[in-house]
Amino acid sequence: MLTLSVAAAEAPRPQPKSGIEYAGNDVRALQADDFGNPGMLWVVRGEKLWNAPAGRSEKSCASCHRDAPATMKGVATRYPRMDAGERGLLNLEGRINQCREQRQGTVALSYESEELLALTAYVAHQSRGIPVDVEVNEANRKQYERGRETYYRRQGQMNLACTHCHERNAGRKLLADTISEGHGNAYPVYRLEWQSAGSLHRRLRACYFGVRAEQPAAGAAELVELELYLASRARGLRVETPGVRR
Amino acid sequence: MSMLARVQVPAQARRGDVFPIRIAIQHPMETGYRPDNFGRRIARNVINTLTCRYNGVEVFRAEMGSGVSANPQLQFYVRAESSGELVFDWVDDSGQRGSERAPIAVTG
Repeated sequence: MLTLSVAAAEAPRPQPKSGIEYAGNDVRALQADDFGNPGMLWVVRGEKLWNAPAGRSEKSCASCHRDAPATMKGVATRYPRMDAGERGLLNLEGRINQCREQRQGTVALSYESEELLALTAYVAHQSRGIPVDVEVNEANRKQYERGRETYYRRQGQMNLACTHCHERNAGRKLLADTISEGHGNAYPVYRLEWQSAGSLHRRLRACYFGVRAEQPAAGAAELVELELYLASRARGLRVETPGVRR
Repeated sequence: MSMLARVQVPAQARRGDVFPIRIAIQHPMETGYRPDNFGRRIARNVINTLTCRYNGVEVFRAEMGSGVSANPQLQFYVRAESSGELVFDWVDDSGQRGSERAPIAVTG
């Protein structure tokens, strides 16, 4: 039975639909307005941090990567991806911290800190309008499979998997909200409920909480692997960072 | 972390024209009604006053309370009179101050 349902879910999907298409007009207008979009505050802070020297190397991100609008263009569309070193699968946050620790000679930023959110938003923002194009290959196949498994695994006291809401019931109502397809193409987003910008992992943890399951820590391998699977099913959707969501 | 803000002022305006000004400030606007994880009340901390001066003359003042969302954004209108500078100043309940300035060129 389980095999059947998974096989059925893997039938060719129609074109993925971004979460913004499930949002109301006011939220869409806020996201589209580059001054009004509160997420831009994090992008602006990220730009300052990009140019600020840090750590023993006294180098800033810009010392090596130069002009982010040119060098970071399209980068976010290819994450999560495998680290050339030993860190395994890295999302953007993980890559930024890898650079900080191994190149800048400073400490990793804690997940969900204002600084890491700002830098991630700034880097991802350079890919705005470019379709998600994450690669699944021999190097990351195992992580991808584990992420897919998490997506289809029933869990928590509600005994629900991601698929039950975001695939089978996308577009329908959950209380007052419309269920989206659960794509991560706008993250980090400014979420009105949070009154703040937040990472995809914060959002995923909120879903774990919603189904009354044990939440992995932000940045945990399970969430990065799930992020890879989500990116693979969001292929073709344009990056919207910083998105605005309810 | 210092308070981050963005202002939007047209670079140029014709004398007598009324133009919009927008300002967005990154701030939690803590209401004072929320408990923390231990049940203690989190002290209110909102930007209580914001002023805008145009060549030294106050043209706009906002006094805000706990009903204003986090990361507030304000929009108001000013009549172009002479070239110069718009200066924005604000202060929150914790005493932290912020400031931004923007030049304006008035023609005609």
